[in-house]
Amino acid sequence: MLWLGGVYLGSLLGLVWQSFYTFDDFAGKVRHDLGFDTWERLWSNETNRIIVGRTVLMALAVTIACAMLAYPLAYFMARYATRRVKAVLLFLAIMPLWSNYLVRVYSWKLIMAKEGALPWSLDKVGLGKGLEWALDLPYIGGQGLTFSLLGQFIVFTYVWLPYMVLPVHAALERVPRSFVEAAGDLGARPATVFRSVIWPLALPGVVAGSIFTFSLTLGDYIVPTIIGNSKPVIGAQVYVYQGVAGNLPLAAAFTFVPIAIMAVYLTIAKRLGAFEAL
Amino acid sequence: MKMSKRYTRAAALLAVLSLVVAACGDDDDDDAGGDAVETTTAATAGETGTTTGEAAGPAGELEGAVNIVAWAGYIEDGTTDSAYDWVTAFETDTGCEVTVTTAGTSDEMVSLMTGSDEYDLVTASGDASNRLIAGETVVPVDLNRIPSYATVDERLKDAPWYTVGTDHYGVPYQWGSNVLMYNTEAFPEPPTSWSVVFEAGELPDGESNEGRVQAYDGPIYIADAALYLMATQPDLGITDPYALNQEQFDAAIELLTAQRDLVSRYWHDVTVQIDDFTNEGIVASSSWPYQVNTLVAAGAPIASTVPEEGATGWADTTMLSAAAPHPNCAYAWMEWSLNPKVQGDVAAWFGSAPAVPDGCTGSELLGPQGCATNGFDNFDQIRFWKTPQADCFGAGTDCIPYSTWTEEYQAVMNG
Repeated sequence: MLWLGGVYLGSLLGLVWQSFYTFDDFAGKVRHDLGFDTWERLWSNETNRIIVGRTVLMALAVTIACAMLAYPLAYFMARYATRRVKAVLLFLAIMPLWSNYLVRVYSWKLIMAKEGALPWSLDKVGLGKGLEWALDLPYIGGQGLTFSLLGQFIVFTYVWLPYMVLPVHAALERVPRSFVEAAGDLGARPATVFRSVIWPLALPGVVAGSIFTFSLTLGDYIVPTIIGNSKPVIGAQVYVYQGVAGNLPLAAAFTFVPIAIMAVYLTIAKRLGAFEAL
Repeated sequence: MKMSKRYTRAAALLAVLSLVVAACGDDDDDDAGGDAVETTTAATAGETGTTTGEAAGPAGELEGAVNIVAWAGYIEDGTTDSAYDWVTAFETDTGCEVTVTTAGTSDEMVSLMTGSDEYDLVTASGDASNRLIAGETVVPVDLNRIPSYATVDERLKDAPWYTVGTDHYGVPYQWGSNVLMYNTEAFPEPPTSWSVVFEAGELPDGESNEGRVQAYDGPIYIADAALYLMATQPDLGITDPYALNQEQFDAAIELLTAQRDLVSRYWHDVTVQIDDFTNEGIVASSSWPYQVNTLVAAGAPIASTVPEEGATGWADTTMLSAAAPHPNCAYAWMEWSLNPKVQGDVAAWFGSAPAVPDGCTGSELLGPQGCATNGFDNFDQIRFWKTPQADCFGAGTDCIPYSTWTEEYQAVMNG
């Protein structure tokens, strides 16, 4: 444990150290002079601020959508499903994780393509107009589903959904049936039982799941290159600075943006008891 | 660099895998039986201008192994497709076992080679090659030991990206150009200008090009814009699309910012671009011969052209490491790499053009039209890739460096 911590903190410190080096534009090389140039460059650049904002918004939207989709499913599994149905549902929720992530993302590109299955089906059930309307929306719309942030959002939600289902399900399982029955005996209506007994007890599970969905979306750089309108995200930005431009200090500094965001997020999550639900 | 992005994802995976592999076992079989030989070649190579004579000295016994850093797909031993194999025959002939380490970007190549005594050869692109020479990571080769150099394309001999004075830091391997790929249903006649992707307007099929064209997702694409401006705005005085002063650079960025409204998605993943041309109604984009070949082979109504403004491209050189552990096998490989059949087979597999003209006729896989398809006749129209430098490649001091290119291009894509 100590050893692991050492390796982890050591590399993190190395990363911080890197970010204080300066990048020499003239030679295109990293100069080993310490300074705050890189950090200043990170904040003073408006593009970078917009990129951070966009990525965080996407991560939040994906997290909320995952929670809304996963909760009813997990609730059903935990409270109503028979053993066998529950096993099947759990299996179905986890199964996508067995296939390669890239394969699934590329499949979604095909499904959502202009001549793909999704627009076609929507058209058949008379929702073609709805799709057109959604794509006409500013910011999230685009020329086609795979060219829009809306499409990117759908794929992110799909890809990370299992990571939300499992902790929520585990949390709901742990809500003792006797509590629910006791609430009923004391005259609470089902809605009240849900609001004041089940939801508070299951909340840590939702928060735990959201740690996964939020951080995974925040750092991903592959989905945005395949689906969406090529507007950069944090992950892609780090990749470009490090891999293409050789500007390691700026890449290192950029890496600290999601780390800082996650630190804040985890602090809040801890307050909400998410770590007990894991 | 050119073909790097194509394999970005594969490279990322490889990086992870290689970590795993490295952790699992670090067996050094490359040195098998070669220890005694390496030190036998004395420093008699004064005339080639190097002090590390080991690498450029006279021929000695083959060491039984050669380690090459290459782009993915550049050195195939038949495991991907059994028809594409130019390694097995070499291994049988020479007894030099070939180990390939693939790199995803030019930067990765430079960092793999720098300070390493593990690799013998690297297939460096124009931007990496000069950096490797400047860093004394690679050494000049003795062309007398590579007779096939005589068969190399006259246009590539003594090219500045691997020649300094009379020293040749390796031998050319392959080159290629970026092309304008288009849909023949939207363009009954081949487009003659890059304007179809840069300027808003109506395409020959009567519809606007908005949302139907793509641009490359990499800062080097600014050079493509500069190349277009060379023809359309001669007043800017651009002479080299990789050496731009502030005014010229701003003009290129302005052009690209306007282009942002036309482009729904920038491409860098070949699979995604192929799919966009197949399923998403994209009809024109800068591209590589690889995608064109793939789409044409699949029967899609696709063709490509190099417009009258010319195009950007890449040229790769097999370079010899200063610390090569197996110099004799490395020389054997360099000689072998210029074999017409090898050259033709690589070109067929990679969608590039051979550095040896005989390669155009030497390979069944490439076929009689292969060289023409891959742009062999476009050489004079190509501005070969190099990393922009603030010193304008020694011609001034007011050029925009590559890091600024990166930042500004991100801003363009950010919209």
